[in-house]
Amino acid sequence: MTMANLIPAHPAPPALALPYPLALGRAGLSGFPSPAQDYEGRTLDLNERFVKRPAATFFLTVTGDSMEPLGIHEGDTLVVDRSVDSRPGHIIVAMVDGEITVKRYELRGEVYCLCSGNPRYAPIPLVDMECQVWGVVRSVIHEFAV
Amino acid sequence: MTMIGLVDCNSFYVSCERVFQPRFLGLPVGVMSNNDGCVIALSNELKALGIKMGTPAFEIQHLVRQGRIHLLSSNYELYGDMSARVQEVLEEYSAGVEPYSIDEMFVRFDGFAKDQRLKHARQLHRKVRQFTGIPVCVGVAPTRTLAKLANRAAKKIPTYQGVCVLHPDSRETQVLLKKIELGDVWGVGRRLVERLAVIGIKSAWDLAQADPKRIRRQFSVTLERTTLELRGIPCIEMNDFHEPRQRIMTSRSFGKLTGDMSEIREAIRQHGQRGAEKLRSQNSLARAVLVFLKTNPFRQDLPQYSPSLILELPRPTNDSRAILSATGQALQRIYRKGYLYQKGGVMLLDLIDAGRQQLSLFDTPQSDADRQRSEKLMGVMDELNRRMGRSTVTLGRPSPGAAWHLRCANRSARYTTRWDELPIVRV
Repeated sequence: MTMANLIPAHPAPPALALPYPLALGRAGLSGFPSPAQDYEGRTLDLNERFVKRPAATFFLTVTGDSMEPLGIHEGDTLVVDRSVDSRPGHIIVAMVDGEITVKRYELRGEVYCLCSGNPRYAPIPLVDMECQVWGVVRSVIHEFAV
Repeated sequence: MTMIGLVDCNSFYVSCERVFQPRFLGLPVGVMSNNDGCVIALSNELKALGIKMGTPAFEIQHLVRQGRIHLLSSNYELYGDMSARVQEVLEEYSAGVEPYSIDEMFVRFDGFAKDQRLKHARQLHRKVRQFTGIPVCVGVAPTRTLAKLANRAAKKIPTYQGVCVLHPDSRETQVLLKKIELGDVWGVGRRLVERLAVIGIKSAWDLAQADPKRIRRQFSVTLERTTLELRGIPCIEMNDFHEPRQRIMTSRSFGKLTGDMSEIREAIRQHGQRGAEKLRSQNSLARAVLVFLKTNPFRQDLPQYSPSLILELPRPTNDSRAILSATGQALQRIYRKGYLYQKGGVMLLDLIDAGRQQLSLFDTPQSDADRQRSEKLMGVMDELNRRMGRSTVTLGRPSPGAAWHLRCANRSARYTTRWDELPIVRV
């Protein structure tokens, strides 16, 4: 460690200008531009695809098995966007009684509920309960052992 | 009329912790200085127990053991990241942002019709809260001094619900100015309050009604400006303040767009040096430094990159060498090739009074001999610069510091900046 902790105050790399502005070359002798040219020099950036709004995006690590039927496994990383307004059908991160948890936000009849993917866990009706939406899960990163 | 907004994060360090540990919502929580020496940030609930900024941690350890209060080690990495996020949200929803400290930002409110301002201010208030989880107060007014007062009103007076827009000649402004004590006006220190009381000026309103020329004769140009600002006439720019400050900001534009590292390094070095001098002249020590760069937001044809970085100092210091070493390292980390920067600066954060010797007991120890040497050297440097002109003596490239070990027993995870410390959510 150096004299103090260096602190990156921003997680997102600078956005790439798209298409990446490289001087266009010429393909072949005929002078016709190559159809691949628009993509020349460009790299694909996962942030561009999965992080729509960096200031409002947080990563969370999952523990527990109640969301497995919905494709969320122990050890996965959630990409959570706080700028999205939650609707029924979204998978959300919620604060329930001072803890954060992940549930599917559903409307059952006239009652809004937080449901887990596993039938072993009963839905939590959102009545008289200290519950707030923390953010909306946009994607799940599941890594395989290789 | 130009309008300026001041966005101030509520109990910023504590709020950052609460985003990831909601169980702390509503509880008395404090954040401690490095090495867990004393309390440097408090939630309202902790303030209500009579605990103050600077209270040594050991004095309230029994409350921690009884589970009545919660104390956390400082986590500057988290606070720095959250601050950058707040700034980014404000930038998205406004015509421009100037950070004033880690938790306060001035926002340009140009181009809004009078009846749109409150709506827009409320939008900022709501968006920052939703996107980052950090609660803020917003004060909007024609001048920085009034914006600061508006912000204070937004924070202290419940009916405002966190947002206050002041128009200079309104009755509302008048009522507020009459209520506000002089000592709460930006740039009016305790000694000034006493001297003003002698000539019958007791409230912010009294000062606003005083003859600016007379104020200038009897006091200073600075106070004349404050007087004018209270009337709604803007005359204070970012770097003009002479109050003993909680933070010191030195920044300016480079004069042209530049991507040249050596030019930028030189500018940042000067800002660091100048900041350290200000620090010594007001007899303070800084706990952390922030370095930022900005590209020109009005040149959308150019790639944009406006990074900032906070670096915690190994101990509170006003030694130019330690500060320049930190700013140099910070710059090294944020600088990227391929961008044309317009502006850069250094902010010294979390200042404390150098006279409070007790701190040396709690903060990372430094030997007496070491400290005396440092004080002597800096004293000679300042004296030479005073007598023979600024920049007579400056420091060259700072040497890298030694390794330090900080005590941070109760530090929360660095939730947003380390892959192995992400918040864990139980499903």
